[in-house]
Amino acid sequence: MTKTEELVKGVLGGNRRSVARAITIIENDDPDAQELVAKIYVHTGKAHVIGLTGAGGAGKSTLIEKIVKEYRRRGKTVGVVAVDPTSPFTGGAFLGDRIRMQELCTDEGVFIRSMATRNYAGGIARATKDAVKVLDAAGKDVVIVETVGAGQSEVEIIKVAQTIVVVHAPGLGDEIQAIKAGVMEIADIFVVNKADRENANKAVIDIQSNLQMNKKEIPWKPPVLKTIALTGEGIPELVNKIEQHRCFLEGDLECRKVSLRTKAEAELIDAIKERVTGSVIEELKREGKFEALVHQIMEKKTDPTSAADKLVKKALHDVEA
Amino acid sequence: MQKQRKIRVLIAKPGLDSHDRGAKVVARALRDAGMEVIYTGLRQTPEQIVETALQEDVDVIGLSILSGAHKTIFPRIMRLLRERDLTDVMVFAGGIIPQEDVAKMKKLGIKEIFGPGTTTETIIHYVLDNLPRRS
Repeated sequence: MTKTEELVKGVLGGNRRSVARAITIIENDDPDAQELVAKIYVHTGKAHVIGLTGAGGAGKSTLIEKIVKEYRRRGKTVGVVAVDPTSPFTGGAFLGDRIRMQELCTDEGVFIRSMATRNYAGGIARATKDAVKVLDAAGKDVVIVETVGAGQSEVEIIKVAQTIVVVHAPGLGDEIQAIKAGVMEIADIFVVNKADRENANKAVIDIQSNLQMNKKEIPWKPPVLKTIALTGEGIPELVNKIEQHRCFLEGDLECRKVSLRTKAEAELIDAIKERVTGSVIEELKREGKFEALVHQIMEKKTDPTSAADKLVKKALHDVEA
Repeated sequence: MQKQRKIRVLIAKPGLDSHDRGAKVVARALRDAGMEVIYTGLRQTPEQIVETALQEDVDVIGLSILSGAHKTIFPRIMRLLRERDLTDVMVFAGGIIPQEDVAKMKKLGIKEIFGPGTTTETIIHYVLDNLPRRS
């Protein structure tokens, strides 16, 4: 048995050490990473993947701790991938989401992994979706992804999760924020956390009145729930809603097909981008053309788009030839 | 393309004391040195620390303790690490550990003890120079 085969066997058997190591290999894009993901891919698709997003400080980590406990009470096993930002200057990261979840860490039905974005845009890390696959293949019934503290446009999570929970807290923004495009559009469920605070009802109304402006008739209308994560208030109701949404997806075949298709398409496009960009740039660097063009751009002899156009056409021509 | 190995460090505070300024300063310094630092928060049991190290697949654990319970807690952490086969993780410690205990702690497998006054540069260099190799 090769090293990778052994690791895959461990992952499929739910071995925690194997799961941890597999995620590291994927994160580092080690030489074995591709084979590893390819081998587990066929074993994925069983877990329900929930994405939690929202501004930093809204209470995502604390909510997740309570959601996990509720799922454990219902006899489900849970994996968590918690993403925090990487420094654009040093490449380092401070991963602090676990602090709120440490009570769960010795529960064998729970696996928590912190992940730095490593400068991937969109609120998650490049490795997040494959880490989710590892936890899925390892038999977790539910996998929860916590995005970085997201502002307005970090919507990559829709490529990973089936149910998106957007978390708000009172006082973070008025109805103008609620009307904006981006994160506000991707929610399957809205949560106003810290609902014991002043203006909680105002926050709920802002979101609801924005939802009422949706013209299109949609089969699933995102509910707006109130929670107090610290005390656990509203959590069973939230988990009920998540489960309702899961049933909705399973029941509505058309919806499910669209969702599966969207994900497959997005994953393929991302994989192509990554492969093509990586190999084209590598090749150009080797030939020294990259450097030459960078200088031409700096001297304003050409613009970046025209330069890229020329390069890519040439590279694709070379591939065909 | 990103292909370098990232150093992952767990900074943990075992025991019952609630002073984590030092742990946070070290965590921040390692972050600024380009490492991914996982912080567990206060009052962690040896079981929680070792389980976290396992799930996070860290290369290094830094333990901060000021309560004086290191003689009870450190042996337990080191034993649990061995039991889980996490022997390729490098462990260092800091905080208030009396000079007469240092040798004993090192005998347990703790690689280095950093007392008050240690500069963050010293710790960063130590981690970089003593990074365990991975199979």
